[in-house]
Amino acid sequence: MHEITITLNGESVSLDANATLADAIAKVAPKSNAYAIEVNRLLIPRREHALHALAQGDEVEVVVLVGGG
Amino acid sequence: MANISDCTTTDSQAPCAFAIPPLRIGQFTLAQRLIVGTGKYADFPTMQRALAASGCDVVTVAVRRERLLDKDGRSILEFIDTDRYTILPNTAGCFTAEDAVRVARLGREILEQLNNAGTHWVKLEVLGDRKTLLPDPIGTLEACKELVKDGFTVLCYSSDDPILATRLRDAGAASVMPAGSPIGTGRGIANAPNIQLVLELLKDPTNGGDPNYPVIIDAGVGTPSDVTIAMELGADGVLLNTGIAHATDPVRMAHAMRLALEAGYHGVRSGRIGKKLHASASSPWQGVITTIPGE
Repeated sequence: MHEITITLNGESVSLDANATLADAIAKVAPKSNAYAIEVNRLLIPRREHALHALAQGDEVEVVVLVGGG
Repeated sequence: MANISDCTTTDSQAPCAFAIPPLRIGQFTLAQRLIVGTGKYADFPTMQRALAASGCDVVTVAVRRERLLDKDGRSILEFIDTDRYTILPNTAGCFTAEDAVRVARLGREILEQLNNAGTHWVKLEVLGDRKTLLPDPIGTLEACKELVKDGFTVLCYSSDDPILATRLRDAGAASVMPAGSPIGTGRGIANAPNIQLVLELLKDPTNGGDPNYPVIIDAGVGTPSDVTIAMELGADGVLLNTGIAHATDPVRMAHAMRLALEAGYHGVRSGRIGKKLHASASSPWQGVITTIPGE
């Protein structure tokens, strides 16, 4: 099956060529619903995750809240 | 005998009448003027107890990649009651205006999921240098303008430069938050005259200021006395993290910081005595039965 390689939270990950952003997020498996997503430095709103098609070389960030000052 | 907790100036039997009013920052209302960070604690339960002891109702957090969980794999959100605390996301770790705007928007997106009251505000940090963590004034100003345009209530971490403070206010910052000293140094208020000038320019109507414009001392605060000094200078609040988180007993230190803020708040409103070179006896000279040298 044809695959694409993306960068997910700084690491190289292979996904199906027809993968959506939701598939990438599932790889990270956030521990709570409280996360946000960027693709290529652009925020992708929650409602678009299941529809957003990924492309070879995309850089995806899954971010959460951590302790900070 | 009157209870020593009674503190009215006119009636020794009346209860204390010196409540501290809420602080308004844009459309936000803070019941408490001590804002506490959630970083650097030995563990989350200690953080949770320290936050409670500080009495704060606003806590700061950072935005990072998901894998940053504690050693037991737990999320910080398991230890922050999001109904009790308003979360103030920061842009710590950003060195450009562009990155700070990105991170602010990500923080807003996360808080929307939590349905937390802090969704539309941000503690803006644009740093100039990793070693000093001093703010980049140009980047901070650029990011402030962009975030205000995007609908954020922006609380601007700033240097103690008075002119920059006015520029940030003019750019729409809901609060300017000058550093007492660099982040995490515990050096307290390193340049009190500059903080006084910041306060004068932002709050004194004769200088075009607004007495209700909120100024919060952010960073470098190491001890309760630093908090008191910040409030005695006329600040509206204090934001700190390391001074509590890295204390030997963070929970007790949080309690002390809370009391120190109250002391400074009331102290500055009580009209301190002037400083004098020579002493002024508290006991009357009249009626002394001793020999006074030289008389």
